[in-house]
Amino acid sequence: MTLRTDPASPPRPPRERLVVVGNGMASLRFLERLTEGAPGLYDVTCIGAEPVAAYNRVLLSSLLGGEVDAAACDFRGLDWYAEHGIRLLTGAPVTAIDRANGLAVVGESHVLPFDRLVLAVGSTPIRLAKPGMDLPGVVTFRDLADVAAIRAAAVAQARAVVIGGGLLGLEAAVGLARLGVGTTLLHVMDRLMERQLDHEAAGLVKRAMEARGVEVLLKADTEAVEGAGRVERLRLADGRVLPADLVVMSVGVRPSLALAQSAGLATGRGIVVDDRMATSDPRIFALGECAEHRGQTYGLVEPAYEQAEVLARHLAGQEARYQGTALATSLKVSGLPVFSAGVVDTPDDAEAIVMRDHGAGLYRKLLVGEGRLIGAVFVGDIGEQGWCKELIRTGAPVSEHIEDIMFGRPAPRSLAA
Amino acid sequence: MTAHAPEQTVRTTCPYCGVGCGVLATPDGQGGAAIAGDPEHPANLGRLCSKGSALGETLSLENRLLHPEVDGERRSWESALGTVAGALRKVAEQHGPDAIAFYLSGQLLTEDYYVANKLAKGFIGTPHVDTNSRLCMSSAVAAHRRAFGSDTVPGCYADLDEADLIVLTGSNAAWCHPILFRRMVDARMKRGTKLVVIDPRRTQTGEEADLFLGIRPGSDTALFSGLLVHLADAGILDARFVADHTAGFEAALDRARLIAPDRAAVAHLTGLSEGEIGAFYDLFARTPRVVTAFSMGVNQSAQGTDKGNAIINCHLATGRIGRPGMGPFSLTGQPNAMGGREVGGLANMLAAHMHFAPEEVDRVRRFWNAPNIITGEGMKAVALFEAIERGKIKALWVMGTNPVVSMPQADRIKAAIAKLDLYVVSEVVRDADTARATGRRTVLLPALAWGEKDGTVTNSERRISRQRRFLKAPGEARADWAALADVGRRLGHGDAFAFTSAAAVFRQHAGLSAFENNGTRDFDIGALAELTDAAYEASRPVQWPLPKRGPAKERLFADGRFYTFDRRARFVPVQAPALAQETSPERPLVLNTGRVRDHWHTMTRTGKSQRLSAHRAVPFVEVHPEDAARFGLADGAIAAVETAHGAAELEVTVTEGVRPGHLFMPMHWSDATASRARVGALVRGATDPVSGQPELKATPAAIRAVAYRARGYLLSRESAAPPPGWWWARAAVAGGWGLLFATRDGSRETAMLMRGLFQGYELAEYADHARGRYRCAVYDGARLVACLAYGAGAARPDWEAAKALFAHDAPEVPERRALLSGRAATQAGPVVCACHGVGLDAISASIAAGAHSVEAVGAACKAGTNCGSCIPEIRKLLPGALARDAA
Repeated sequence: MTLRTDPASPPRPPRERLVVVGNGMASLRFLERLTEGAPGLYDVTCIGAEPVAAYNRVLLSSLLGGEVDAAACDFRGLDWYAEHGIRLLTGAPVTAIDRANGLAVVGESHVLPFDRLVLAVGSTPIRLAKPGMDLPGVVTFRDLADVAAIRAAAVAQARAVVIGGGLLGLEAAVGLARLGVGTTLLHVMDRLMERQLDHEAAGLVKRAMEARGVEVLLKADTEAVEGAGRVERLRLADGRVLPADLVVMSVGVRPSLALAQSAGLATGRGIVVDDRMATSDPRIFALGECAEHRGQTYGLVEPAYEQAEVLARHLAGQEARYQGTALATSLKVSGLPVFSAGVVDTPDDAEAIVMRDHGAGLYRKLLVGEGRLIGAVFVGDIGEQGWCKELIRTGAPVSEHIEDIMFGRPAPRSLAA
Repeated sequence: MTAHAPEQTVRTTCPYCGVGCGVLATPDGQGGAAIAGDPEHPANLGRLCSKGSALGETLSLENRLLHPEVDGERRSWESALGTVAGALRKVAEQHGPDAIAFYLSGQLLTEDYYVANKLAKGFIGTPHVDTNSRLCMSSAVAAHRRAFGSDTVPGCYADLDEADLIVLTGSNAAWCHPILFRRMVDARMKRGTKLVVIDPRRTQTGEEADLFLGIRPGSDTALFSGLLVHLADAGILDARFVADHTAGFEAALDRARLIAPDRAAVAHLTGLSEGEIGAFYDLFARTPRVVTAFSMGVNQSAQGTDKGNAIINCHLATGRIGRPGMGPFSLTGQPNAMGGREVGGLANMLAAHMHFAPEEVDRVRRFWNAPNIITGEGMKAVALFEAIERGKIKALWVMGTNPVVSMPQADRIKAAIAKLDLYVVSEVVRDADTARATGRRTVLLPALAWGEKDGTVTNSERRISRQRRFLKAPGEARADWAALADVGRRLGHGDAFAFTSAAAVFRQHAGLSAFENNGTRDFDIGALAELTDAAYEASRPVQWPLPKRGPAKERLFADGRFYTFDRRARFVPVQAPALAQETSPERPLVLNTGRVRDHWHTMTRTGKSQRLSAHRAVPFVEVHPEDAARFGLADGAIAAVETAHGAAELEVTVTEGVRPGHLFMPMHWSDATASRARVGALVRGATDPVSGQPELKATPAAIRAVAYRARGYLLSRESAAPPPGWWWARAAVAGGWGLLFATRDGSRETAMLMRGLFQGYELAEYADHARGRYRCAVYDGARLVACLAYGAGAARPDWEAAKALFAHDAPEVPERRALLSGRAATQAGPVVCACHGVGLDAISASIAAGAHSVEAVGAACKAGTNCGSCIPEIRKLLPGALARDAA
């Protein structure tokens, strides 16, 4: 464990002590906004469990595939934290919170007093409760250490199986395929990314996966991972056996609750927060994947950033409320842009307007109910996604704008010939 | 694969209108050819119109009939001609030779025509030989014969260069004889020639006129009778010419005075103002060098012959005939209508400008050594098909024409054909409506097309030019003269039909023209009767008369010697103008018919060219705005036009170019190119009592809007069969075929249809069924195979952008997207200049960029620099575009 402080920063007793637990992407965005909006207002300490400062987790799959190097994943250098008066502790797990005394316990013995505490502890990957999941060669895909482990296993002739057809699983599989590893992606559902995509969009994504060298097996229910002292094969419930040297688990994440629970904070699926991101203890806040707001937890970076924004403004003394993030997903599956918002599968009482050109990798579906946009799924071209989100949120009538939403509003034309 | 040796450029003649332009064809060795105007041909001096320029695009073998067929089954020539000869013999034995008829065409070469005429009239012994020229200029022929005693066009094209006044009546020369029209416009530039255009419709020709007279249809005789009265009253007559060289002037003038005593009477009859009439009469009176050119608007009338004579009367009265820059001038519609007239391939002629005087019959009998020479006229086209309907004619041989489309009451024609014991069609195109019709026994004979056949044609100024072969005969196609001669030999007339070459046929034809002629007949080409094969092969365009002895003549009749028995021309008292059929409350409109700029006849050739198909892609009906309002018709919507005889469904074009109470529809579309747009089915075709030419331009009609659920287009590499119940028109597009449609099907049904049509292909789609919008692109891998757009409502879809995209074999992603969005802006707009494929937007852009004259536009974007037939449209853009610019 290392403790870094900025020797040039003299203690200023009147300042409140703010401790941020966790140094992921939500944490960093919060620190950035806080130091912009209220520089020097707090005496800030940030404690990260990983050995390095916050990095771009979104790029991990690119890093895995060798498209980018580790430097590309860096956000802020240590000097940035120093310049902004933030004490940063890395490789330091916070093990307990003593609310009564306002102390965060780091490791076994270190304590950090706080006036306010922010929990940005993220989530942990789920491991299937199936035999063999603890064999060497079964890894998750969550952080830099996982990438290193996967890359180490991805030797020539290696065969990898990725379990989980969500975004992260797809990206891990593409990254592996790009390394030249024979990769099979297993998904228990009948389509990929079923929460974001309808069957056709999922089919297009599957086609894109296959074009990138990934074999995709749907309705593939893993029964067990087997091997003598190490992964050798994976057995499916239907009896099929897939030889494997590496199994990457990507079946979802679970908000990290242990710290909050042991501190007696209210939790549900996540740490329960109000619109100001405050937990059941008004001195303690939570944001990012660990937080549960209005019954909803989020697994994507955009809501985490919105929450960081709200919390930073709140702690700077401004009025700010988090209203939840519209259920929109906008991302790239290995370079293929995908957007999903609102309702995904067409309800009986809604009309679907569809544009499809599978050969060009294009699919756009708008769902309209009672003249209002209630959902959109785009693959290959996510133009006007912002407008879609707005239309879903506001419920403005869309009948006159369908083609503009579908094909993009015409660029303003100059009157000159 | 061996490299093709560079091919020789061949001098030939355009197969379209009667101008008869010289064409230089340079075959590419792959079945195509590069086409250019022949600078040495006196008709065009190197120019070609849009249609001629696009000849190279019409040479494909798609849709060609390449093998003989009997009742739909392929046969050898031996077998097919055996069937023909056997059936002809049987019909002749059972019903007499006059139960056999031939229906020929102004598209045939003179040699084909000659052998057909000889076979029928001299050897089979039937007088029933008529031709589609009956529908075209037989009234002009009759007017010539009544006035001159012969079917003689007195002047020549140079007269158009040398006239000070050109009166165009019933002629949209700007579109239908573009190269001659260019000569007229050039004359205006050079010497200030005035252009008067007389037409019920304000055509492009009318747009270019110095004086446009929008007369009531059928009232031409009133206008020209009034002119004769005016000329007499104003003392403009050539009294000496009238006295020495004509007869019947007083009777004709008396009749003219009855019809048109004064300008008020003319105004009443024609619907023109007295001022317009006076301006025309004054101009005519004070301009000695005047050519009155007339065409289908005069001829295709139940009074066409009288109209022609009313015109000729004015020229005879002023002695303005046969001298430079003067004369009545019939502009023929077809490339070899004149050649057909020369061989006598019409029912009221025998041969070589000889008719049925006993000495003429005897002369032809002796020349041909014909055992079964006929002695009187046969039935003219309309009567001939009526005789088929009545069962009087049992065998019909159709050559090179499409009567199921073009004859009046064409639906009856189709039904009549089914009754024939023998129905023979010599044809180039397998899916022509006429080739798809059937008799009890149907024989299809594959003919040679332009570029494959070899012979001569005669243009409107009596100029005989060679149509030369520059492509090899495809499949088993054979020259028509050879097929006819073969049948002649099979019928036992070996000596008479021993022809071994087109040159041999031509020599005999020339020989007959000179046979015992001695200056008594105008048509004499005796100088060519002993042409060697080599000389025939090399021969340059020549004008007749061309007697063996004596000079060739550019013009006739300046000497006042006509071909009547007393050598005097005849004035003809004409009938008061009246249309054959009056409108009624049920059919309150008058339906006019005609051509569009870039298509020819029934589109069997021009329909193959995407350039030519771009100008007007669908059959349409022009409606005056008042009538559009009255009948609830929107521009671009579909309307049904109904007459007592048939109906068509056409796209409405609202325009002030037609008079209130009148409609205009084009003649080109057939069942092969549109769902229901055959003009022939609508017109009654009341015939002129003299010429037998049917009235095609004034049929009482009703019009009503037809509701379709949606409009759209389908582009495909192969021509796609439209589903039943759809309104559609087919047009060639770059890279394939386009189908513009209207349908009552919903977008879902249309989507299902596309899946059915293109099974096994990948369909890219845009579907908004709630709003009735559907677009689809069909791919075979990366290759675009087809695309469709469907839009609910009556709005005509703009397909320019999609056509531009379809021209590419494998579009990239942005283009693929554009096919579904229908949004990619075309850079060109609708095509205006077909020759260079220049669109409206490009021309407007040139104008906006400072090109403020037709010449400057041409310099900027090439539009209008080839055939020039789009220049009127370009000129129209100039002020409008400038006004927009200034706004």
